[in-house]
Amino acid sequence: MDSTIVLFLIQDGITNGAVYALLALALVLVFAVTRVILVPQGEFVTYGALTLAMLDVGKVPGTAGLLIVFAGLALLVEGWSSRNRMSAQLIGRLGLLYVVPPLVIVLLTLWLAPMKLGPLPQALLAIAIVAPMGPYLYRIAFQPLAEASILVLLIAAVAAHLSMTGLCLLFFGPEGLRAAPLSGASFTLGPLPVSGQNVAICIAAIGLMIALYLFFGRTILGKALRATAVNRLGARLVGIRTALSGQIAFLIAAAIGAFSGVLIAPVTTIYYDSGFLIGLKGFVAAIVGGLVSYPLAAAAAVFVGIVEAFASFWASAFKEIIVFLIIIPVLLVRSLTTTHVEEDE
Amino acid sequence: MSSRTILLALVAVAALVPVIPGVPVFWITLLNNIGLASLVAMGLVLLTGVGGLTSFGQAAFCGFGAYTTALLTTAYGFSPWVTLPVALLITGVVALILGLVTMRLSGHYLPLGTIAWGISLYFLFGELEILGKHDGLIAVPPLNIAGYDLYDSRAIYYVIWTFVLLAGIATHNLLDSRVGRAIRALRGGSVAAESFGVKTFRVKLIVFIYSALLAAISGWLFAHMQRAVNQTPFGINAGIEYLFMAVLGGAGHVGGAILGSGLVTILKDQLQRLLPQLFGSKGNYEMIVFGFLLVVLLQTAREGLWPWLASLFPARQQPPRPVAAEPLPRRTMPDAAEPLLSLKSARKSFGGLLAVNDVSFDVRSREIVGLIGPNGAGKSTIFNLVTGVLWPTGGEVRFKGERIDSQHAQAVARRGIARTFQHVNVLSNMSVLDNVALGAHLRGSKGSLASLARLDRAEERRLLNEAATQIERIGLAEQMHRPAGSLSLGQLRIVEIARALCLDPVLLLLDEPAAGLRHMEKRELAAMLAKLKSEGMTILLVEHDMSFVMGLTDHLVVVDFGTKIAEGKPADVRANPAVIEAYLGGVA
Amino acid sequence: MTRSILALEAMTVAYGKVEAVHGISLSVQPGSIVTVIGANGAGKTTLLNAVMGVLPAGGHVTFDGAAVDGYSVEERVALGLALVPERRELFSSMTVEDNLLLGGFRTTAVERSRSIAEVFARFPRLRERRGQLAGTLSGGERQMLAMGRALMGRPRLLMLDEPSLGLAPLIVRDIFEIIMSLKKTGVSILLVEQNARAALHAADHAYVMELGEVTAEGPAASLAADPRIVESYLGLGGPS
Repeated sequence: MDSTIVLFLIQDGITNGAVYALLALALVLVFAVTRVILVPQGEFVTYGALTLAMLDVGKVPGTAGLLIVFAGLALLVEGWSSRNRMSAQLIGRLGLLYVVPPLVIVLLTLWLAPMKLGPLPQALLAIAIVAPMGPYLYRIAFQPLAEASILVLLIAAVAAHLSMTGLCLLFFGPEGLRAAPLSGASFTLGPLPVSGQNVAICIAAIGLMIALYLFFGRTILGKALRATAVNRLGARLVGIRTALSGQIAFLIAAAIGAFSGVLIAPVTTIYYDSGFLIGLKGFVAAIVGGLVSYPLAAAAAVFVGIVEAFASFWASAFKEIIVFLIIIPVLLVRSLTTTHVEEDE
Repeated sequence: MSSRTILLALVAVAALVPVIPGVPVFWITLLNNIGLASLVAMGLVLLTGVGGLTSFGQAAFCGFGAYTTALLTTAYGFSPWVTLPVALLITGVVALILGLVTMRLSGHYLPLGTIAWGISLYFLFGELEILGKHDGLIAVPPLNIAGYDLYDSRAIYYVIWTFVLLAGIATHNLLDSRVGRAIRALRGGSVAAESFGVKTFRVKLIVFIYSALLAAISGWLFAHMQRAVNQTPFGINAGIEYLFMAVLGGAGHVGGAILGSGLVTILKDQLQRLLPQLFGSKGNYEMIVFGFLLVVLLQTAREGLWPWLASLFPARQQPPRPVAAEPLPRRTMPDAAEPLLSLKSARKSFGGLLAVNDVSFDVRSREIVGLIGPNGAGKSTIFNLVTGVLWPTGGEVRFKGERIDSQHAQAVARRGIARTFQHVNVLSNMSVLDNVALGAHLRGSKGSLASLARLDRAEERRLLNEAATQIERIGLAEQMHRPAGSLSLGQLRIVEIARALCLDPVLLLLDEPAAGLRHMEKRELAAMLAKLKSEGMTILLVEHDMSFVMGLTDHLVVVDFGTKIAEGKPADVRANPAVIEAYLGGVA
Repeated sequence: MTRSILALEAMTVAYGKVEAVHGISLSVQPGSIVTVIGANGAGKTTLLNAVMGVLPAGGHVTFDGAAVDGYSVEERVALGLALVPERRELFSSMTVEDNLLLGGFRTTAVERSRSIAEVFARFPRLRERRGQLAGTLSGGERQMLAMGRALMGRPRLLMLDEPSLGLAPLIVRDIFEIIMSLKKTGVSILLVEQNARAALHAADHAYVMELGEVTAEGPAASLAADPRIVESYLGLGGPS
């Protein structure tokens, strides 16, 4: 193996790692704010990628229908839970939150999809279709369980993953799709050919991280999300609705998932169930960070990406096995350095 | 009709099903699948429903069972009955390793670990040359009993359901034992259980390995039923399905495992026919429904269907008091006025906050010592230092002259120090009797194997007898079989004292025993503590009710801001200006 | 008699099957300080949490003439109730300034900057510490921050749960002076305290709670002179 291959693998690893890092950040965020370990994060990646691939060929993506399904279910749950205090104002609110956004997005999609607007508008449209599913998912599955233990929430998350994978199969079918690259450019850096798509992925990932950093550091809404993560009771006492925090966290997570999907759609063929494994690699990184540390999780994500790249070079059949077994030494170290067992229940 | 009669009737019906003429083979196959799933779900009942631990990787353990026997029987010509212990051994070792790695961490690391592990193993099964890669291993021999090959699904039906029955009895036995109480106590957090000598880490490992072994048996049976093995049924989705079965059936009950397995297996079969017709294409659409149902279940009936089913039958009669048995041996109490517990400059800081600041005092045997001070003065922290829940940052704690700081809570309990908690720490779903019997954990020795085989009955009778005796002593005999959650706060404080007494302690630590008691109850409590003292017990108590403390204690220690500000005879302490200042605050 | 800012009618609170507060009735007049005293485990904290909506309760809660039963915590905050809880519940890994700003989460940015100036004027120490993480504050500063955060929402009723808990006597004196100065701004205060003497000294009206029930009630000054109260709650070493 010469240095070109090493550099090439590292480049590949960093690109993948950047995506895993985004997912890891979303996982840490969602866990901190809602205590949900967001197993279905990977499905948002799939949704984003497949949506972009469909828009690429000028077709209306299945996610448009999925969005209606999500919004409809969320509307049912919300309507049922507030059935005893129906009022004109409430019905208006329900419409504004659960009917208007999906309707507008779907109509927009029906109108814009056949136009093949080019990579960037299509990417934005793909994210716009997928992102609202996040808060709807929270409303359907997790908000009614807000007081449950982490374990119950985890089981619910796994169940949501199961359903969402099945829905993806239903709406997109079993064939894999791949999108056209956002950037077809490529250039060489010394001996190393660098693809424009890889650079675009890294820049986009870093840009998004900076945007998140500003959101959490500078805006009152971002601070409110952090506050919910630090102390839920404290947040409620200052009037922050934890349900709202949860929905925003899920919105961000779904948007990040879709964004990641859009980034990788041109480099990997995505099937209806591909997202799960991609999301889990974000998990391995998030667990390294103990589900609390953003920088540690991001660094671990890049490490996971590089391990994966080298593993696929040396032992491609065992790639996934090697990547997921990283988690075992990590858990071992955590176990040995933990002196006190914390209980969730 | 007792539950035993119902069980026998069910067994009889189950035994007859295959011989009833006209029962289609397809039904038998379905029942076989239900039996196989029940074995796995039963492990999850113990692990998740009772112990509060979750695994999504049970299917991988099935895979170990299946592949082990498939490989050994096809490539090396072993008899299936020989491979069973090998399969169990391999699975057990794998579970042990995974358990060692995750059990010390918070509850959610185990399921996350099992997801990663489950996926890795799934891929591994499909990649290893020796396991036939994606094609798997074929031509696995059928089970053979007395020379007969069990090719027919009606024949293997009996083998499968015999295993289910045996596993059900074993699981029931395990739960209904000393180890079972420890497993059930895991849900209440580790602190209370460890204070009575339960090695929670070890108990978690036992449950985890037990559930893995049940899964391995299921996999082993599967291999010989199907007579071919590939990676497909051992993936993470199957693991999720098993958990779904356990939760649906009622994750706290052995019967719930079979119920859940039955419903999910039948539902899956129906959905796999119906949904592709509905959607016009092939695919595993049943997972949409499963995921959705699981979420609905968690939101509306987290306890599963079993409790609902059980409520349809008339409530069982009040069980009798545990039979009288030979009392457990007692410790000899120390003579009066010997130094028993001694704190020397004990110090505890949390980060920068000094919660206990060089506190020294002695407790002599057969004395009642009161530890008093305003809220937040560090009294409970001192309790935690003495009982090994927390380790001091400096100084020493000695018991009978030996250092006990930096010892684990179980080791401290073993020396004869028992405690109650400021925030009542009992398992509300468990009966008062079982809660109290947990206190006697260290006075028994029978382990999980003895419990499985029911070899622990004599000891168990003595433990339960001891618990019942203590409950009668504190005057709650009427409530013995009620779930602890139905008692008042004051009664629960007394239950905690009974539990502590079950440990046969030399030193009793009581954290605010009189809080929440009415006047008469306080007097009864004081009388009881005085009686314990006359029997040789030494007591250290934290209390706010001054009249209670004044009349009862021989010696008072006053702490404020983590520092001892006074000690001595109650009357002297009462007149101490520093104490008055601490109690009345600066605004007066 | 003016309309009460807060009125509880037969309030019950249960943890599972265990009832901790049995039918408490209580009222707070606008602009007054009312204290609830009692031993540990009497149900005082439970009572405040139920008024705030943190715990579900039976009976009726009326705030400024309007029934608020079934309202969520957030809705009660919006109406003008605020609770400074026993454990303070600060955002420990965030700065003092961020903690305060979040206290005004439901107000506009303009109002927030005005409120924070007022809080800094009342608690100069918090201004000095504005960039420090809340988790690194001393006990007294934490209590000040918790009170400041509650005031940022411009509440009409401020509920304080054991504000003197774990504080040195000098700091307790400061805290009580602040409580009494707050009364002058027109905010009504419901104060739960174990430090009965200080609480009775500060309050206009007082309730004594025992095992989840009110066992005595009256003007704070007359309760402070009641020998039974003195014996039970002013306790150890009191005039007897």
